[in-house]
Amino acid sequence: MVVFGQFLEVLIGGLLAGVLYSLVALGFVLIFKASGVFNFAQGAMVLLAGLALVRSLDFMVARGIPTWAAIVLALMFAAVVMAITAALIQKFVLGPLVNQDGLSLFMATIGITFVIEGAGQMIFGSDVYPLRLFPTDAWFVLGGIFDGGLLVSKIDVWGGLIAGALVAVLAIFFQRTKTGRALRAVADDHAAAESVGIPITWIWFVVWLVAGLVALTAATVWGTKLGVQFSIVFLALKALPVLIIGGFTSVPGAIVGGLIVGAGEKIAEVYLGQLIGGGIEYWFAYVLALAVLLVRPQGLFGERIIERI
Amino acid sequence: MLYREAGQFKTSYAADMAIFPIRQDRIALILLLLFAFVGIPLLANFQLWPLGSDYMLRAILIPFLILSLAAIGVNILVGYCGQISLGSGAFMAIGAYSAYKFGSGVHIPLEFLGTEISIPPLPLFASVMLGGLMSAIVGILFGIPSLRIKGLYLAVATLAAQFFFDWVFLRVKWFTNYAPSGSVAAPDLHFFGYLVHSPIERYLLCLAFVTVFALIAKNLVRGNIGRQWMAIRDMDIAAELMGIRPLYAKLTAFAVSSFIVGVAGALWAFVYLGAWEPLAFNIDRSLQLLFMVIIGGLGSILGSFLGAAFILILPIMLDQVPHALGIPVSVETVSHLVFIVTGALICYLLIVEPHGFARLWSIAKEKLRLWPFPY
Amino acid sequence: MKADVQERPEVAGAAHAGSDREIGDVVLSVENVSLAFGGVKAISDVSFDIRKGEIRAIIGPNGAGKTSMLNVINGFYHPNQGTITFKGRKRSVMRPYIAASQGISRTFQNLALFKGMSTLDNIMAGRALKMRRGLLWQALHWGPALSEEIKHREAVEKIIDFLEIQHIRKAPVGKLPYGLQKRVELGRALAMEPELLLLDEPMAGMNLEEKKDMSRYILTVNDQLGTTVALIEHDMGVVMDISDRVVVLEYGRKIADGTPDEVQRDQRVIDAYLGISH
Repeated sequence: MVVFGQFLEVLIGGLLAGVLYSLVALGFVLIFKASGVFNFAQGAMVLLAGLALVRSLDFMVARGIPTWAAIVLALMFAAVVMAITAALIQKFVLGPLVNQDGLSLFMATIGITFVIEGAGQMIFGSDVYPLRLFPTDAWFVLGGIFDGGLLVSKIDVWGGLIAGALVAVLAIFFQRTKTGRALRAVADDHAAAESVGIPITWIWFVVWLVAGLVALTAATVWGTKLGVQFSIVFLALKALPVLIIGGFTSVPGAIVGGLIVGAGEKIAEVYLGQLIGGGIEYWFAYVLALAVLLVRPQGLFGERIIERI
Repeated sequence: MLYREAGQFKTSYAADMAIFPIRQDRIALILLLLFAFVGIPLLANFQLWPLGSDYMLRAILIPFLILSLAAIGVNILVGYCGQISLGSGAFMAIGAYSAYKFGSGVHIPLEFLGTEISIPPLPLFASVMLGGLMSAIVGILFGIPSLRIKGLYLAVATLAAQFFFDWVFLRVKWFTNYAPSGSVAAPDLHFFGYLVHSPIERYLLCLAFVTVFALIAKNLVRGNIGRQWMAIRDMDIAAELMGIRPLYAKLTAFAVSSFIVGVAGALWAFVYLGAWEPLAFNIDRSLQLLFMVIIGGLGSILGSFLGAAFILILPIMLDQVPHALGIPVSVETVSHLVFIVTGALICYLLIVEPHGFARLWSIAKEKLRLWPFPY
Repeated sequence: MKADVQERPEVAGAAHAGSDREIGDVVLSVENVSLAFGGVKAISDVSFDIRKGEIRAIIGPNGAGKTSMLNVINGFYHPNQGTITFKGRKRSVMRPYIAASQGISRTFQNLALFKGMSTLDNIMAGRALKMRRGLLWQALHWGPALSEEIKHREAVEKIIDFLEIQHIRKAPVGKLPYGLQKRVELGRALAMEPELLLLDEPMAGMNLEEKKDMSRYILTVNDQLGTTVALIEHDMGVVMDISDRVVVLEYGRKIADGTPDEVQRDQRVIDAYLGISH
């Protein structure tokens, strides 16, 4: 029972950590679906949102503004920063690159990543900034069944709740609103969507804005867990293998992929790590994605691609 | 007026297929090589400007040469064959650590067979080339997914290589000969019986490697295999329908590219760094190489040199120029500025001139050829 | 190239020149081929054959499965049912490059040139199959590799002369006008010295002058090199003029097959093109 209890604890911890990957992966999927852009900058956007949030929060708290008001204002400020970023990206990079092939767009987002990382840190600073939005202690559950109970971190549970809420909101946005439908039309065919009068620049701005807000959401959870710092960018990079596993175009895929990666790497770390040396978490997700690519290139939930010529 | 090709008639296809069909270009190249091989050593010998101190050699010319070599390798894969790679740093690392192992003697105990594989320490040239070979082999392995997956998916596969090998060289102590700090030092550089020690000797060693490999790369990309690579890059389906085997074309690109990157990694570790940790080859290095190729020019050997020069000189410029103007800028700000300028330039070039500096250069040459007429 | 043809004396004796060219045996036969994408049937149970040395047209309204048919013939799509027999070898699944190595080459409806390469390199790429020197020789660009390169360059220059595109030899193809790109693409296909040349709407989007030129090239290739040609074309005038036999597809089914005259008189073909009230 102890062995099983330990396994369950690792599994739960992994699944909840995986929810955070899902959060970032969602941002990728949104942009990819709507503009065909594979956005390498999503991690940098999480960093930028986190920095804007934590620095403005600290600034206001230090000036005696009540914490709850400061949090609301800081969230609004960070949202505005993300909106400005989205507008700049749309105007100066993606607008001029319309109809370029996916690889050029991808490389452009690597460029964007660097600009955001440089500018964000120059404006907001480059230290580690602790963020306290959610409780970070843990619950011990099921003490009656398992000796000592299972350790479940509260922040992870919060992350799970937020991710769930976000998915619900996004689903409604995509399926029920006019903008959401326009978004799906643009994803299918830019030129056709434009010709029926969908304002494509506006749509792309909205997509990047939504991705920015998703990044902000991820930043609140990750920032609380780890502090807002540069290495968030690399954690966010793990959303890439999550996408490969789930499929690039699938929102449920992003969620399930995140859970698989989160649980998989924790279990591998605990059980495999003892055998071949620790730190497997560092690469496990990528190698898993590689394996999935070889077996099922479109991912678990992706649509099969028919090539034409 | 000097730059004219009038009167230079080509009477054979061989002449038309030369690397530099225009005579003035050939002369310029010979002069450049003469300067690199003879002029710079002379300047260094007499301590003349700008080689009065070792700084120019150690901090600029040697890294420039090695990174140019690595960029050529990356360009073959990304620029010519169109297979994006975010894991070049890992292949530099494989080259470096393999060369280190071959240079310090390989021992693989096979206790269950009651024997062991034992290779005595090899000289510099052999270990560097073996480093390249190991990198090529791993490159082929990680290239295999490229047969089923394309573009962005492949980017993730190469990221897998990057993170996996970061971890391997950090955690598998065999590769570092169980050095407690995880940091390893290169052996003495014996190059065909000659001890390469001073900065100028190191510079010449790198220059020799770069010259030979640049020539080989140029020959490959203008020949049959180069056309196959570019065909795969431009329209892979049509290429296959023309009888080009994707398996062969892609895997040769991975092999040649990884080989060159591996050799560059070995040189980077042995000749430039001297002692190093896995951190020297992390994802930042991979992105840096990718940037060199984009900025210099995708699908251009010349561009690889231009890109390497730019990426190397940019931080120095951003550090020195405000200083010279009397504006105090902190080290941190400089590094952030480097990020911003590089990233913005990448975006700008992708929008305005996807073939990078190399295309700007050829446009300038074209203008010069026609000068003073606009057409 | 010759084996199965020479069994018939009248063909073996015929010179592939002038207008008295001979049509030989069946070189490619398509038997009961069906192809579906998911639930959508692109081709259902189509059979026809192509004879050595003929110009065979495949026509039909949009969406009739013509391009899919070509894709099946050169191995890009794998039929769900049925077989393809080329030069006596039956196959159902094969990779496109194997079809290419057996002598099938192809042009495309929406240009599929290698946009980053020059005209010369595009056509040279068509000879990739014929170049044998290994990487090491190529790395040296000397000796056998160089002489091989020169030999193939000479062959390519002949094609360039034939297609009258000398002036754009070194121009990047991406920036050429449409008509010239079509010509370069034909050149690339010819560089493979194919036995069977598949042309997917070689004259689409061309003006009268360009169509005339293109027809002339196709007829010359067929006449003088004896290359078998299968083409998809919408311009009925051209089809009726240059083709020996025509197969008509509609909604993935074969509705007629015969000489241009026969096909033109076929009631189902007339219905398919003019539409009838059901």
